[in-house]
Amino acid sequence: MTAPARVPAVQIQYDSLERQHVTARLGMWVFLSSESLLFAGLLALYAAYRLAYPVEFHAASTHANLVIGTVNTYILLTSSLTMALAIHATRRGRRRDTVLLLVATMAMGLTFDVLKAVEYAEHLAEGIAPGGYYTYEGLAAHGAVLYVTLYYLLTGLHALHVTGGLVMLAWLTVRAHRGDFTPGSHIALELGGLYWHLVDLVWIFLWPLLYLIG
Amino acid sequence: MTLTVVPPEPASPEPPPPAPAPPLGAEPAAVELDYLRAEPGIRSWLTTTDHKRIALMFLVAVTLALILGGTFAMILRTKLLTPGPALMSPMTYNRMFTLHGVVMVFMFMIPAIPAVFGNFCLPMMLGAKDLAFPRINLASFYVYCTGAALTLWGMVHGGADTGWTFYAPYSTVSPTDVAPVAFGVFVLGVSSIMTGLNFIATTHMLRTRGLRWHDMPIFVWAIYATSVIQVIATPVLGLAVTLVALDHALHMGIFDPALGGDPVLFEHLFWFYSHPAVYIMILPAMGVISEIVPTFSKKHQSSYRALAYSSLGIAFIGFLTWGHHLFVAGISQFDAGVFGLLSMFVAIFSAIKVFTWISTLYRGSITFNTPMLYFFAFVYLFAFGGMTGIAVATTSLDVPWHDTYFVVAHFHFIMIGGTLTAFLGAIHYWFPKMFGRMYPERWGLVSAFLVFAGFNLTFVPQFLLGNAGMPRRYYSYPVRFHILNVASSLGAYLLATALILTLAYLLISLRWGARAPANPWGSRGFEWRSPSPPPVHNFVTPLDPTRGPYAYDEPPPDEVPPVST
Amino acid sequence: MNELLRNALALPPQSSSIAREIDTLHYTVILTTIAGVTIAALVTAVFLIRYRRRSAAIPLTPRVILPIWLEVVVFGGLLAMFCAWWLVGFIQYRKIQNPPPDAMPIYVTAKQWMWKFAYPSGPTSTDVLVVPVGRPVKLIMTSRDVIHSFYVPQFRIKQDVVPGRALTAWFEAIEPGTSEILCAEYCGARHSLMRGQVVALTGDDYARWLDAARAPLVLPGAKGDGHGLAERGRQVAADRGCLRCHSLDGSAFIGPTWAGVFGQRRRTADGGEVLIDEAYLTQSMMEPRAVIAAGFPAVMPSYQGVLTPEETSAILELIRSLREVSPAQVVPPPAVPLEFREAPAAGPGPGRAAGVVPGSVPGGAR
Repeated sequence: MTAPARVPAVQIQYDSLERQHVTARLGMWVFLSSESLLFAGLLALYAAYRLAYPVEFHAASTHANLVIGTVNTYILLTSSLTMALAIHATRRGRRRDTVLLLVATMAMGLTFDVLKAVEYAEHLAEGIAPGGYYTYEGLAAHGAVLYVTLYYLLTGLHALHVTGGLVMLAWLTVRAHRGDFTPGSHIALELGGLYWHLVDLVWIFLWPLLYLIG
Repeated sequence: MTLTVVPPEPASPEPPPPAPAPPLGAEPAAVELDYLRAEPGIRSWLTTTDHKRIALMFLVAVTLALILGGTFAMILRTKLLTPGPALMSPMTYNRMFTLHGVVMVFMFMIPAIPAVFGNFCLPMMLGAKDLAFPRINLASFYVYCTGAALTLWGMVHGGADTGWTFYAPYSTVSPTDVAPVAFGVFVLGVSSIMTGLNFIATTHMLRTRGLRWHDMPIFVWAIYATSVIQVIATPVLGLAVTLVALDHALHMGIFDPALGGDPVLFEHLFWFYSHPAVYIMILPAMGVISEIVPTFSKKHQSSYRALAYSSLGIAFIGFLTWGHHLFVAGISQFDAGVFGLLSMFVAIFSAIKVFTWISTLYRGSITFNTPMLYFFAFVYLFAFGGMTGIAVATTSLDVPWHDTYFVVAHFHFIMIGGTLTAFLGAIHYWFPKMFGRMYPERWGLVSAFLVFAGFNLTFVPQFLLGNAGMPRRYYSYPVRFHILNVASSLGAYLLATALILTLAYLLISLRWGARAPANPWGSRGFEWRSPSPPPVHNFVTPLDPTRGPYAYDEPPPDEVPPVST
Repeated sequence: MNELLRNALALPPQSSSIAREIDTLHYTVILTTIAGVTIAALVTAVFLIRYRRRSAAIPLTPRVILPIWLEVVVFGGLLAMFCAWWLVGFIQYRKIQNPPPDAMPIYVTAKQWMWKFAYPSGPTSTDVLVVPVGRPVKLIMTSRDVIHSFYVPQFRIKQDVVPGRALTAWFEAIEPGTSEILCAEYCGARHSLMRGQVVALTGDDYARWLDAARAPLVLPGAKGDGHGLAERGRQVAADRGCLRCHSLDGSAFIGPTWAGVFGQRRRTADGGEVLIDEAYLTQSMMEPRAVIAAGFPAVMPSYQGVLTPEETSAILELIRSLREVSPAQVVPPPAVPLEFREAPAAGPGPGRAAGVVPGSVPGGAR
C-alpha cells in the first residue's frame, strides 16, 4: 500500500511550514523541561532520604538486580541509537529503513518493559514491596523501605513513560509506513525522537542512583 | 470555513506592509463573519480550535467554579456566625473548607485569567491568527473538565477534609476520600501545563512581523512569565499530590514517620509549587491592570521595562521563597533567614508595579469607567495584601500569625482583592471585544463599589481575628472571636450579592446590551484594532505594530474596518 | 501607647517575656503598611480627580518616563526598609527559637486531639500545662499521629509538632494567670477543640502544685526516688536494648556513654562539634547516622517508629538526669566487642570518654 506522500498543510497561524516546525520543536522542548521537573521532584525526595539513611540505602540497593538493570541500560541506549538512525533514514528518503528501525526501537522498548516486569516480580516474590506492603526480612524495614518505595516510584514512573513512548512509536511506525514523512517534512518523527531520548536520559540518571550507589 | 476574502494567503512570500485597501464599501457578505457567529451549532463550539471560542468555554467553566467555590464560602461563613456547633457536623465543615480551597485555587484562580483572557487576547495582542497549538488548547479545556469532574466526583463520593494543602501525614490517614480529589488536582495541573506551553511557544514564534519583544503589550509579558511558572512548577505539585493520593489509597508511606519518612518533605514539595502558584494567580491580574491603566488614562506606561521585567523577576524569585511557609514547621534557622530575606526581594517587584501604575496616571486624561474603579480597588487591596505579605514574611511576626486568620485575610486580599478584582476588571474591559455588546456602566460602577465594600467588611475583621489568635480551619471557636466573625460573615454576604448582581447584568447585556463599536474605550491596544467581536482569524487586515499599544502621545492608528452586521 | 495599639489591633495580652518586643515590631510594620497603603490610595485618588478628562475629544498625552534616580531612591528605600524589618524579625526569631540554657524542660506529646505534658520529676497532665512564673520553660514536643501546632496567642509562640521529630519551643511567663493553648495545624475532625491551658503559678505555688501532683505517682514498692520519668527511662533503656551499647556510668561500650554528656559538646566523626541537647539526642535515636560521635562505629539502628514518644522523652530525661555524673569517673573500656570499633581518630589521646570535650561548657558549675 503506497499512498501518495501527503503534502503537510501549513496551519493558518503560521507563515511557513518551516516556522511551524520550529514552533513544534520549541513546544516539545518546553514539554520536556516540564517532564524533567516531574522526575526532579522524585529525585529531590531521593536525595533527601538518602542523606538521612545512607547506610540503609546502600544495603537496600545491593538487593537491586544489577544484571537486569545493566542489560536494560544497554537496551535503552541502543534503542536511542536506532531512533536517531530512523530519523536519519527518513532524511535520506529511505522509508523501508525508517520503518525497520522504528520497529527495532519498539522491540527494544518492549524488551525493557518486560525485563522491568521480571525484576518487579522477583522483588515482589521476596516481599520487597513498596510502603506498607514491605515484608522482606533480610533488611530492617526502617529506611530501607524508603529506598524500595522510591525505587518503585522512580522506575514505575519511568516505565510509564517508556510505555507511553511505545504507543507513540507504534503510531509513528504506521505513519512512516503510510509514507507521511518526507525528507523535508517529518516533524512528528523528530518530536517522537526527542521524547524517546528524554526517556533514555532519565534512565541514565536512575541506573547509577538505584543500582550503582555505594 | 465561510467566505474568507480579506486576509492574504498565509504563505504569501512577503507580508504586505500597509494592508491592501480594506473592503470598505463591500457587501456585508464579503466580510468575514465574527467568531461567535461564524459556525453555529453546539458541535462546532465543542470541537473548535479557535482560541477565542475556547476562551469563552473556559469563561463559562471558571464562572461555574467561582459560583461553586463561592457557595461553599457562603455556607462556611454562615456556620461561623455561631461559635459552637451549628448547621453541620465538624467533618462536613472540614470537607467544605477543603473543597472551597481546591475549587477556588485549582479550578478558578489558576485558570481564570490566563485560560480566559490570556487565551482570548494573547494571539490578538501578538497579531497572530491563533495560538501555536490550537488542538492542544482545545485538549487543555477537556483535560480541565476531566480534572474538575474527578474532583467533583471525589467531593460527592466522600470528600476530602485535608485543606487544599493536603499536608501529610494527615492527608494519608484521613478518613475521607482524599485520592480522587488529589488526583483531580493533578489532572487540572496537566491542563495548566498545556496552556502555559502553548502561550510560551506562541509568544516566541507567532509575533506578527515587526513586533519586537519590547513592543509587546505588558499583558503578554505577564502571561508569558505566568506560563513559565506553570510549566516548571506544576509537575512538582502533580507529583506531590499524586504521592499523597498513592499513600492514601495504597499506603505507600513515603511521608510516613513510622517507616522513616519525613512529613515536612511533603511541605517542601508542596510549597515549591504552591508558592509560585500564588504568582500564577496574581501575575496575570497585574497584566490586566497594566492594560486597563493606560487605556483609561490615555497615557503611555510610565516605565514599560519596569512592568515587563518585574513580571519575570517575580517569576524567578518566586521560585526561591517557598520556605517562608515553613517558619514554624521545624526548618533550620538559617533556612528561615534566607527564605525570609528572599521574600523581601520578591515584594520589591510588586512595589515597582504599583508605583508604575500610579505614576502612569500622572498627566493622563482619565475617564472613570468600571474597569478603572476595579483598578482603584486593586491598588488599595493588592498593596495592603502585599504589605501584609511582607509582614508575615518577617520571621518573628510569622510565628504568632502562622496558620491564623491573619494569613487567611492576607492571601484573600491578594487572591480576591487582587486576582478576582482584576478578573472582574478584565471582564468589563474586554466584554465589548468578546461579545460585541456594552455592559451598563452605571450598574458596573455600583456593583464594583459593592464588591469593594463587601470585600473589606469580610476580610479586615479577619486580620483582627488573626491578631487575636484565631487559627484557621476552625469549626468552633472561643466566644471572644464572635463579633469579628459575624462582621466577616455579613461582609461575605454583601460581597456575594455584589457578585450575583454583576453576573446578572452581564448576562442581560449579552443579549440586550448596546452594540459595541470596535474600540469603545479609545484604546491603542492591538486587540482593539479589530472589530468587536473579532473575525475568526482575529484581524481584518494584518496587525501593523509600528504604532505601539501605548502610543497615546501620537495620533491614533487608522480606523478599524467595519464588521458585518 | 502599647496598650492602645494592642487593643486597637485586637492582640491578646502580652503574657510572655518576648511578647512585648514582637508586638513592637508588629506595630511598626502594620502602621507603616497602613500609612503606605493610604498614601498610595490617596495619590491614586488625587491623580484620578486632577487628571480626569475634561473634554469630549481624546487629547494626546505626553510620554512621561520616570527618571531612573527616582526609581532607585524609591525602591532602594523600600528594600532597605524591608530588609531592616527582616533583620529585626530574624534576630527576634532566633531568640524565639533558641531556649535559654537554663530553661526547664517539659515533654509534650500531641495526639488527636489532646496535649499531654510530662514533667522531668514525674507528674504528667493532659491539656493543662502548669509552669512557674519568671522561669524559662522549654517544651520538647513530638506528635504521636499527625502534625499539630502548639500555639499560645498570649505568649506569641507557635511551633509545629511533627511526628518522628522532637522540636522545641520555649517561653517565660511573666505573670501568674492562664493562657489558652490552641492547635494551629489542621489535624482532623476535632481540630478546633484541641485546646488546652497554660497555668502560670508563682514559684511557691508551683512548688506546692508539683508536690501535690507528684505524690500519687509514687507507687508502693516502686523505686521512688522522686525522679519518675528518668526511672522510666532506665526501664525503657533496658527493655529496648539501649544498654547493650550505652553505659550509664561513664564507661565506653560500642556507643558513647550516657553519663555526664548532657549539655556538653561532642566531637563528631566528620571533624565538627555538636551540642548534646534534646534535639541532638532525639536525632541520634531517630536518625543515628546523621551525626556520628568521633571514635565510634556507625552501627546503631534507627529507633524511629520503635520508641513511642513517651519512651523517647523518658530516655531523654534519663540522659539529662545523668548529666552530673562526671566524665572523670570514666573507667577503662571493658573488653567488649571492640572489633566493631573503627580505628580511633589520629591525634593525641582520642577522647575515649564518649568523645566529650570536657570543659567546653560550664557543666560542672551546675
